[in-house]
Amino acid sequence: MSSGDHSSKQYDVELEQMRSRILHMGGLVESQLRLALEAFEKADVTLADGAIEADRRVNELEIELDRLVNHVIARRQPTAGDLRMIMGVAKAIVDIERIGDEASKIARSVKWLRDKGGNFRLNRIPDIRACGDIAHTMFRRSLDAFARLDAQAAAAIIKDDAGVDERFRAILRQLVTFMMEDPRAISAAIDVVWAAKAIERIGDHAKNIAEHVIFVAQGADVRHTSPDEVERTVAQGR
Amino acid sequence: MQNHTAVSKSFEKSESHSAATTTTATTRAKVEVRNLNFYYGGFHALKSISLDIPEKKVTAFIGPSGCGKSTLLRTFNKMYALYPEQRAEGEILLDGENLLTSRQDVSLLRAKIGMVFQKPTPFPMSIYDNIAFGVRLFERLSRPQMDERVEWALRKAALWNEVKDKLPQTGTSLSGGQQQRLCIARGIAVRPEVILFDEPCSALDPISTSKIEELIEELKADFTVAIVTHNMQQAARVSDYTAYMYLGEMIEFGETDQIFIKPARKETEDYITGRFG
Repeated sequence: MSSGDHSSKQYDVELEQMRSRILHMGGLVESQLRLALEAFEKADVTLADGAIEADRRVNELEIELDRLVNHVIARRQPTAGDLRMIMGVAKAIVDIERIGDEASKIARSVKWLRDKGGNFRLNRIPDIRACGDIAHTMFRRSLDAFARLDAQAAAAIIKDDAGVDERFRAILRQLVTFMMEDPRAISAAIDVVWAAKAIERIGDHAKNIAEHVIFVAQGADVRHTSPDEVERTVAQGR
Repeated sequence: MQNHTAVSKSFEKSESHSAATTTTATTRAKVEVRNLNFYYGGFHALKSISLDIPEKKVTAFIGPSGCGKSTLLRTFNKMYALYPEQRAEGEILLDGENLLTSRQDVSLLRAKIGMVFQKPTPFPMSIYDNIAFGVRLFERLSRPQMDERVEWALRKAALWNEVKDKLPQTGTSLSGGQQQRLCIARGIAVRPEVILFDEPCSALDPISTSKIEELIEELKADFTVAIVTHNMQQAARVSDYTAYMYLGEMIEFGETDQIFIKPARKETEDYITGRFG
């Protein structure tokens, strides 16, 4: 990508504004997610309320960023690296906003558990915590990769998604065992399944963001290819 | 124009036949430029240009003023031959024959490779004669055949419906956009193989421009089209291939999508994203 300034300074300002707004939105969602995961582990409704409340601001930012993207496309007819950046932002907005939604779901499951008088063993399954940590780290690193347009870092994130999926399957196996042992745990276990599924989806969205980074930085479309292929493509594009 | 249907059918038939033969090699080169150098007296305006212009596709030439894109376009039909101090070296092959060394008459060459200029240049004669004039130079047609040809060319140029009731009126009475389409019809009427457009829309309003752009899209079904334009968005809209030129050199040539999404050269990226200068 070209790093020089445009002949139009206003265009530079608009692109920079877009970049800083999406990183700001990413930062908000990252803390929302951290709060939701903590709320889940501690079964803390106050923390959960905070995570749900944060989603409102994220949704506002999504609309604001969409408006900015439309404005730049309509006014500037972007091409090449600018076009890829704007497409990357437009797609990353969706993934970041969805991560916010998933964080809200995790937070809501805490309230459901509480409302039902809850089984507070299930939310402390070690794999849930580990899975949440991996997904959270993947998301944070995908934002860093976006900020630096670092395709190699993005390729590494894509590789990590398999770990999240594997943990999710392990969580399901454990929850099924709990449910078979004690049918009274079924209702709470299902709430925990929803939260685990939300964590698994966050891994997918972080992976998507990493794919957008590779497209913006190198122009390569690596969706629907294996992590090894992604690594090779990125190495060739260097 | 009673014979219209019969003649036009036979013409379409021969066209569809030629289209069928080219589908096996959809990107066959119609014009091959090999190591072309061009001089305006002592000024070296084109430096070792090599590229293939694919048949029945639109190829756009972009670049800042003075980069040589119009000069290159004008070598294809030897427009420079009018000026003794200008010379071209290298090869420009039209279907394999080198135009630069060919002894073919230049007016025959220009019937094969037509050109449309920046400003519409209708002849000071009727709309009908503007079209018929060029045809008469190369073919002896009966009146009905000529009527047929004029209508065919005006239809191809998307002008027929606007002028069919005023063919005897002078060409200069038309609007700028209509005049430009008249010039395109005039170029098409001699059934060229290649049409060159040199900034065809720079003197036109947006609606006329979009009509010409739509027309260019339709023309490539029958003709090979090369267009020089200052308007990058226009190149992106109308062309299949784009060449970026700078200071007489071909910096990058490739499929338009590739050039506008992921150019290989930084110079191209800087120019098309407006980081130039």
